[in-house]
Amino acid sequence: MNNGIDWRRSLTGFAGLMGPPLGWFLLFFAVPMAVVWAYSFGTNVGISDIEISGTFANYARALEPLYLGILGKSLAFAALATLICLVIGFPVALAISFAPPRLKTWLLIGVMLPFWTNLLIRTYALIALLRDEGLINHGLELAFGWAGFEPLRMMHTNFAVMVGLVYVHLPFTVLPLYAALDRLDRSLLEASLDLGAGHIRTIWNIVLPLASAGIASAILLTFIPVLGSYLAPDLLGGPDSQMIANVIERQFKRANDWPFGAALAFMLMYLTLFGIAMQSLLKRRERPE
Amino acid sequence: MTSPATKQPAEPRRTIIEFRNITKRFGPVVAVDDVSLTIEEGEFFALLGPSGCGKTTLLRMLAGFETPTSGQILIDGRDITREPPNKRPVNMVFQSYAVFPHLSVIRNIEYGLKMEGVPSAERRERAEAALAQVQLEGYGDRMPDQLSGGQRQRVALARAIVKRPRVLLLDEPLSALDAKLREELRFEMSELQDRLGITFVMVTHDQDEALALASRCAVMHKGSLMQVATPADLYEFPASRLVADFIGSVNLFEGRVEEDDHDHAIINLPELGIKAWLDHGTGASETVQIWLALRPEKVELHKRENGEGPPDMEGTPKGYNVVKGRILDVAYLGSESVFDVRLEGGKRVRVIRPNLTRWDQEDFSWDEDVWLGWHAEGAHILLA
Repeated sequence: MNNGIDWRRSLTGFAGLMGPPLGWFLLFFAVPMAVVWAYSFGTNVGISDIEISGTFANYARALEPLYLGILGKSLAFAALATLICLVIGFPVALAISFAPPRLKTWLLIGVMLPFWTNLLIRTYALIALLRDEGLINHGLELAFGWAGFEPLRMMHTNFAVMVGLVYVHLPFTVLPLYAALDRLDRSLLEASLDLGAGHIRTIWNIVLPLASAGIASAILLTFIPVLGSYLAPDLLGGPDSQMIANVIERQFKRANDWPFGAALAFMLMYLTLFGIAMQSLLKRRERPE
Repeated sequence: MTSPATKQPAEPRRTIIEFRNITKRFGPVVAVDDVSLTIEEGEFFALLGPSGCGKTTLLRMLAGFETPTSGQILIDGRDITREPPNKRPVNMVFQSYAVFPHLSVIRNIEYGLKMEGVPSAERRERAEAALAQVQLEGYGDRMPDQLSGGQRQRVALARAIVKRPRVLLLDEPLSALDAKLREELRFEMSELQDRLGITFVMVTHDQDEALALASRCAVMHKGSLMQVATPADLYEFPASRLVADFIGSVNLFEGRVEEDDHDHAIINLPELGIKAWLDHGTGASETVQIWLALRPEKVELHKRENGEGPPDMEGTPKGYNVVKGRILDVAYLGSESVFDVRLEGGKRVRVIRPNLTRWDQEDFSWDEDVWLGWHAEGAHILLA
């Protein structure tokens, strides 16, 4: 580089450019995280005073069966929701990537549209759909009322939570899948058909392996936010549908036990980091160079 | 124009592929326009034309990746127009080769056999044999990204022929390779086709490739067939100015038939101010305009500097087929020299002269006055 953009030669310019974002990042991301992380090793000494005592008691409590159970259930919920998202999202992404160019744009906008609506509003919309006097039950009543139809109980169940989780996170699955599938060289698929494979076998033998990196990103990008979901279990779920984020929220608010809440939050964080590390490890194994 | 592999069909052959009034529209665009064509068993057939002429669409309809808007395609007399690609007795070598990047060479080649349900021992055996046929023994365990372009092309070829298709389709098979490798693979492909006896249908925009490899070519233009003939016939007896111009280069002179007999014809060429003598009749009406097509290598240069008179041209009475000119430009190409000659009327003529000895290139030079002449058998009449 000889055009003067080498940062080693223009340190002031570099500092001027990188300073503000770096400062922002430190002040509003790194520092709060560090504070919460420090809290996770602290003890409550008054209503609002926390002493950072370096204790592991909060982590020990987080590992009690009660909380481990909730964490386990959260993981199971997240895994199931991710699986459902994949099963629904893959055909959707495939269809979009094969759609004619103009339709493709509209379909992609359709996938992203929910992002532009507030999460709370979308969740309330689901309530309107699922509740006993909701649209679904109303529709079923109209169709099967003659047969003595009883409204289905859907609200405040794990089923409703799952519907909410899948609905909210589907775009996180579809978009990375679409990006991976759209990059696929079409002549590879044609070659597979040409060599005697049907469509299903072509998807299985060629599309899935070649899109595996995209599938892994889709899994990660879906699984992590689902694992930390708060609103869906809170609004749609019943007493037994709590996920770990709901417990964390309760520690910070009603229980006013910040150190324990911080420890739970960081348990989730460690898990997430572990997941990301595993993914990059797998990726590296795919490409040995 | 070398054509090492031009093969004349020895005996009348059986029709293997038949296109019947095939039309393909993409929205308002007519890619292929009412094409009817038969290809015979064992042929090396080339679809030749500039990009966008419909040749690739025609090939893709044969492979099953596109469905004709109307018309029928038959293979061995069976209508396969709407059959999916995986049910057709054809296999394709893609322009991009489309070698599966996540499968080793041998697994790429076995892929098609696996889909057929060939047992694994036989599969491996046939795949190894196919590898040997494309001179890639020992490459089975390589991954595609460890191969050169030429090797990948061979893998694509092996992957297709291992299926023993009735017809092998080749989409611009050599276009992505460098000139030297292209030459090499040209001979190899021609030899492979001889050995396998499979019908090859190739799409190419490269006329040299088509002339060198094909036993017959179809020249396409704007979705229509312009001419279907052997390479030699395409070059020596083009059916139209378009074909004459697309295959090699050509000098075209407007003219009118003045005398037409069974064994000769006289053509008046007003642009040149002379008359041409032809060794055959034309059958063209004396009232319509025709064109005299003259290939550059069929024009002779003769000295005129020291007042030399017109040379006699073979097969013609005195005074015919000779015209005065002046050399404007010379391009020495090693094996031959190309001359840009201006005639007295202003018309430009391209002349190619082989350098038969080491000193031939010095015979003619810039701004030299010359006679141009051609044999009675040198020119060809075009009606369109």
